[in-house]
Amino acid sequence: MAEDGKEESLATDDESEHTAADSLNYTMVEEGSTLLRRMEICVAEAEKRTGKNSVNMQETYSVYLIETRPMDALAEGRNPAPDSLWRRYSEFELLRNYLIVTYPYIVVPPLPEKRAEFVWHKLSADNMDPDFVERRRVGLENFLLRVASHPVISNDKILYHFLTEEHGWKEVVYETGFQAKADSRLRALSATFRVRNPDKRFMDMKQYSDELQSHTSQLLRARARVADRLYGVYKVHGNYGRVFSEWSAMEKEMGDGLQSAGHHMDAYAASIDDILEEEEHYADQMKEYLSYAEALRAVCRKHELTQCELEMASQDLISKKQQREELATGIVRTFSFKGMTNKLFGQEAPEQREARLKLLEEMIVEGEETVKEKTLECQEHVERGLVDMQRFKEQKDKDLREALINYAVMQISMCKKGIQVWSNAKECFLKM
Amino acid sequence: MSVGAPRGLASSGQKPIAEILHPLSAAEEPLSVTVSRGGGGDKSTQDSGLTNGTPVDPSSPASTSSLFNRLQLDDDLEADDVRHLYVSTETRDLFVTVDDPKKHVSTMETYITYRVSTKTTRIEFDLPEYCVRRRYQDFDWLRIKLEDSQPTHLIPPLPEKFVMKGVVDRFSEEFVETRMKALDKFMKRVADHPVLSFNPHLNAFLSTKDLNKRQALALLTKVGESVKHVAGGYKLRARPAEFCAMGEYLDAFTQKLGTIDRIAQRILKEQSEYLTELREYGTVYSSWAGSEEELQRPLEGVAGCVSTCCSSLEDQCDNMSQDFLPVLREYVLYIESMKNVLRKRDQSQAEYEGRLEAAILRKQEDRTPMPLEVEKCQDKVECFNADLKADWERWQSNKRQDFKQLLTGMADKNINHYEKSQAAWESLITVLQDKQTEDKTSKTN
Repeated sequence: MAEDGKEESLATDDESEHTAADSLNYTMVEEGSTLLRRMEICVAEAEKRTGKNSVNMQETYSVYLIETRPMDALAEGRNPAPDSLWRRYSEFELLRNYLIVTYPYIVVPPLPEKRAEFVWHKLSADNMDPDFVERRRVGLENFLLRVASHPVISNDKILYHFLTEEHGWKEVVYETGFQAKADSRLRALSATFRVRNPDKRFMDMKQYSDELQSHTSQLLRARARVADRLYGVYKVHGNYGRVFSEWSAMEKEMGDGLQSAGHHMDAYAASIDDILEEEEHYADQMKEYLSYAEALRAVCRKHELTQCELEMASQDLISKKQQREELATGIVRTFSFKGMTNKLFGQEAPEQREARLKLLEEMIVEGEETVKEKTLECQEHVERGLVDMQRFKEQKDKDLREALINYAVMQISMCKKGIQVWSNAKECFLKM
Repeated sequence: MSVGAPRGLASSGQKPIAEILHPLSAAEEPLSVTVSRGGGGDKSTQDSGLTNGTPVDPSSPASTSSLFNRLQLDDDLEADDVRHLYVSTETRDLFVTVDDPKKHVSTMETYITYRVSTKTTRIEFDLPEYCVRRRYQDFDWLRIKLEDSQPTHLIPPLPEKFVMKGVVDRFSEEFVETRMKALDKFMKRVADHPVLSFNPHLNAFLSTKDLNKRQALALLTKVGESVKHVAGGYKLRARPAEFCAMGEYLDAFTQKLGTIDRIAQRILKEQSEYLTELREYGTVYSSWAGSEEELQRPLEGVAGCVSTCCSSLEDQCDNMSQDFLPVLREYVLYIESMKNVLRKRDQSQAEYEGRLEAAILRKQEDRTPMPLEVEKCQDKVECFNADLKADWERWQSNKRQDFKQLLTGMADKNINHYEKSQAAWESLITVLQDKQTEDKTSKTN
């Protein structure tokens, strides 16, 4: 998980080291001056607002306060007041959609979930629930930090405006015309098409993204069920508290011991709330990578798309060239309607043939341009895509390993608490 | 006051004979032992082999001579009742263990026998050690004999006699184990009792190779005796406050035990369901590890930890259902036994009051002296009250020890589980963090 902005300067140092060392692999990317090195970013608060929505109905929604401060001011030891603006979740979504369309070869960091998923019974699935809003605030901050520390997309102007210009930002985004690209992208991504020679590395990555998605969602589901059950186990122990208390009233020597033990049972039952609250953080980390899997898949699909377009353009060029050859030599190699009609109605006049040849030549020139373009597009996508997928892989390995370590730490903490409570209870029992 | 050090009331873990502490110098200080002897006090004048305050007479436990002996007992009791309550480990001279269950198959039936091992320095026993095999029926026989010959004493309960054939497997390891522990508990309670432990039936039970002959007799007389105790039909006038309090306590305690039993069962259920989900959860990590490279080891590590937690939890659940719950339930039987004794006491008091009233009326008319019968009843009631009070104190003390042990055991099992889990997760972190520092150093190089 990306760390808080204040500590990010250390992380970006690592990153610049990294990019310097592996600059051969990063030919596409300008060395290290990611936005985050110049600017401290955080999502400081959340608030509720009410207003009219697009269909003129009253609605309540949450807004989040983005605060930024120039890094150099901080480095100099000054502590200026941050610039700030409020954004709601839908604006974050707009920003992300823009980034996805504009940088299709980048595994774009995901947003925190729109609706609470994988809930276990105690957690509210309500979007207005303060715990949910708080976790979303953290998630949005994480999104911004990841985006602003990305070697490629952190330099995007729209991103910069998102962070600095409260009003009129939406219009600027729409003016880029990305919406049209977004629509066609959606259509393309959901279409089925056959690619003859997809890059194996992308196909493998696509396979991996499916597996990652499947495993993280299984994990989240199983974890939610485990949390539910664990909650039950702890809470039932609270009943011991009550019965020990009642029983202690009946006893002489045993009374004190029982009474105190009962209190410890109550404490045990209460402790699960904090434990599971903390575990939500782990679940959020997993959810991020569940969404990341989708982003990774999209990059692979885009490759398939560009490759397919290239293949189609090449195929089209080949057939046009064949047609030209046939026209020029008069030899019909392949079946064509023109050939048939010639046989049936006689050959066309030489002027017509000339005109057609000329047209074909023009189309061939166009076709060659198209093939060139598509080849370049495909190549670029492959190169840049591979670079970012590699970056993503390393980030994922690092992040998830840390997440697993933190999970283990949480488990240890839970065990220690359990030992503490039961040891206390045992002491009380011994005094009975 | 010779307070019993933890009296080894362990309901779990049978000690083989070899491990039973050989009682030292028990013969010198049989304080608690002498007190319970009636009449004469001098052992040497009694029958060899079977000495006890009460003669073995199944038909009239309240015979004159025994009452006389009991009166003596009563006086001694006043002075030494505190010592009488607790048998300290130093003065204990009778050790009984039940273990080694074995299945016997015959043409008529299949049943289990248990080995009953005795170690003693008491001269009432011919040998210092005995080893016999007994089946449940035999324990039941002993219990009935004790009840009949010591009607004013609380006899510890046996585990349930009848089990529904379809529902419970009588020959399953768990069932036999649970039953054996309860039988062992029964024997220990009897052996520790200053009066019951000298009962000649107990002696026979522990030492005779073959109980069958006596059993036949017992079966015949059994019916008659139980009928006798039910009969009476006198109404109790005023129960003394302390016995009322006992009854109320027992009722309230039964209720609390029931609640605790329900809670424990609920916990067991929730834990089992948690265990099921946890197992599934662990397999998710394993299968994910299959599609990863760098993350394969960490993911498998987590799966391993989860698996360790699962097996530890399984142990805890087993312990709950095999040790905790049975002991809890057995206490309900113990309470029932106590209540029975209270009822019998009430009855003897009622009988006394009834006869007294009748006698008074007659006296007013004839001027005859107080009939012996009434005196006998009075004696019986006073005896009963005294024995009951002593047994009550003992029962309370036992209960305290037993529950202290039970609950401490429960706490220990929980602590155990958490300790095992913690160790597993800690070793995982070491492995993962080592890899991390390994990676960092290799990167900077």
